Amino acid sequence: MQLSREDLKRAYRLMFTIRAFEERVEKEFALGNIPGFSHVYLGQEASGVGVCFDLADDDYIGSTHRGHGHCIAKGVDVSGMMLEIMGKAGGVCGGKGGSMHIADISKGMLGANAIVGGSPPIAVGAALTQKLNKTGKVAVAFSGDGASNQGTTFEALNMAVVLKVPAIFIFENNGYGEHTAASYAVGAPSLAERVRSFGMPCEVVDGMDFFAVREAMGRALEHARAGKGPYALETMCKRFLGHFVGDPQAYRTPEELAEARAADALPRFRSAVTGASLLTDADLDEIEAEVLALVEASAVAAVAAPMPDPERALTRDVYIKYA
Amino acid sequence: MSKKTYLQAINEAMRQEMQRDPRVIVLGEDVAGGQQSSGEPGGVGSVFGQMKGLFHEFGPERVFDTPISESAIIGAAAGAALTGLRPVAEIMFVDFVGVCFDQIYNQIAKFRYMFGGRAKTPLVIRMPAGAGFRAAAQHSQTLHPLFTAVPGLKVVMPSNPYDAKGLLIQAIRDDDPVIYLESKFLFGMEGEVPDEPYRVPFGEANVAREGKDVTLVAFGAMVPRALAAAEALARDGIQAEVVDPRTTSPLDEDTILESVEKTGRLVVIDESPPRCSMASDIAGLVADQGFKFLKAPIKLVTCPHTPVPFAPSLEDAYLPTPERIAAAARAARAYA
Repeated sequence: MQLSREDLKRAYRLMFTIRAFEERVEKEFALGNIPGFSHVYLGQEASGVGVCFDLADDDYIGSTHRGHGHCIAKGVDVSGMMLEIMGKAGGVCGGKGGSMHIADISKGMLGANAIVGGSPPIAVGAALTQKLNKTGKVAVAFSGDGASNQGTTFEALNMAVVLKVPAIFIFENNGYGEHTAASYAVGAPSLAERVRSFGMPCEVVDGMDFFAVREAMGRALEHARAGKGPYALETMCKRFLGHFVGDPQAYRTPEELAEARAADALPRFRSAVTGASLLTDADLDEIEAEVLALVEASAVAAVAAPMPDPERALTRDVYIKYA
Repeated sequence: MSKKTYLQAINEAMRQEMQRDPRVIVLGEDVAGGQQSSGEPGGVGSVFGQMKGLFHEFGPERVFDTPISESAIIGAAAGAALTGLRPVAEIMFVDFVGVCFDQIYNQIAKFRYMFGGRAKTPLVIRMPAGAGFRAAAQHSQTLHPLFTAVPGLKVVMPSNPYDAKGLLIQAIRDDDPVIYLESKFLFGMEGEVPDEPYRVPFGEANVAREGKDVTLVAFGAMVPRALAAAEALARDGIQAEVVDPRTTSPLDEDTILESVEKTGRLVVIDESPPRCSMASDIAGLVADQGFKFLKAPIKLVTCPHTPVPFAPSLEDAYLPTPERIAAAARAARAYA
């Protein structure tokens, strides 16, 4: 479980890539360069990166409408994502999916999902494949506290226990399902307690602490890979922005928003690793500069890139073969 | 070649495909039956016995019962298909699709397009469909228009044992998601079915009977009724052609239009309420592309715009009958 200097750099690079990417999305959205809506992952970086850190390309994840961070953490190409979010032909989905449907099966990313509660049943199936093919791999379903109330999620939790598949359910509890507080909408006294009642372990983890998330995920992986069935984590997160980019957030006080920012996982990571003399500020600054340059280049290229040609793309890929 | 029932044809197709391809698995409620019960496991094999014997032959890794959780059944099939298996999921009655429809129309049907052509979801969802069993409103629907309207799905409605086997084999080997609507009403129907595996391609209609005076287009359980009507019409000297498209998506438009070009008259028979049905769909197709062939108005023989009723007197009046079909054909013939 010991992390090398290279591991630590990779972790920071991933978290900072999500941070810089999402801040750029916010900016490009304001400039009118992003059609539709975007739900950004700002504030939750440590959760996604901690969960995905020890997964390989052939471990699978299913994501949510707030999926950019999961995609980056799982290794999806940042330039391809920026193109996709702007609806451009070169995007990872050819501009046909957009922000809420980014997928890259070759990276084990089974799709962001605009239907709340869409991914848990799919992850059960991906885990079933691993069990039947005895691959030793796992499937992870990311959900928010909102999706924890969906019937599809309940069905998936139960089915995973019944079929004893290597599925890991991550509930990123950022306190809000859209604009409604989790404390209101989750009827049970505790989200994790409710998950446990389905018959699997569920740990509550500080989702603003990369190290805590990664360690808990290590226990989940060990459990699932040992054939002991599903495992769950409730990662307690802070959502810096609203439900979508542009949400004025009248339902949150300025004090609460300031508290969320004060819990920022990135400075916390920085002080932990520099305090322990594992990395220097200069190491981290260098990573930040590289990432900012990458995101800048991705955004500039994406703005200039062409949209898909309807003649070629509109009716293509509905089917593999339609008689 | 030997005589088999529609039900046996489904079972044989399933067994032969599981022997051929280890990636094929079966999941659903009671598809094995009796897992962890006091009696014999695998004794059920689906409520109508469609999957009977598969649990014993292929074991609990490939044929397994699920909780009564249709969303998780279809979601699990979707996730398994995306990652390399070829699942055949069963929804016990098509009527139950409401509780898992998101996984069908928002997830599996859209993966390939949404993901820019980079996903493959080869799965089959088998669902018994249709009225005539006194099973009332929530166990008797067909719902094929619902699936046909969704881009990304293929929809199959076998009307006889030969097609039941060949279309299921094609469905399992197909790389796109397929909705396989098996007719409860036809489970006992006998016909010649080759012993070896074979495929019936999608989008190729079967001209079940040739005729020159009127075209009858029918799907699934309505095909035998259209054939019975054609027999009655023949006694009156009216030669009806019966076209069975076999699949509603893709739809063999050419064969329908060619038949109407020959006969000049069209009756569409559909086990469905009339609004947004295959009957109205095909009427629209022919009005749009075959108007010049028509000698008489298109006639639609459908169910009324009601739920499926329970009382035998009402259910019998609900379904299209050979008499109603023949009457519609005679009216078309009498017009011109």
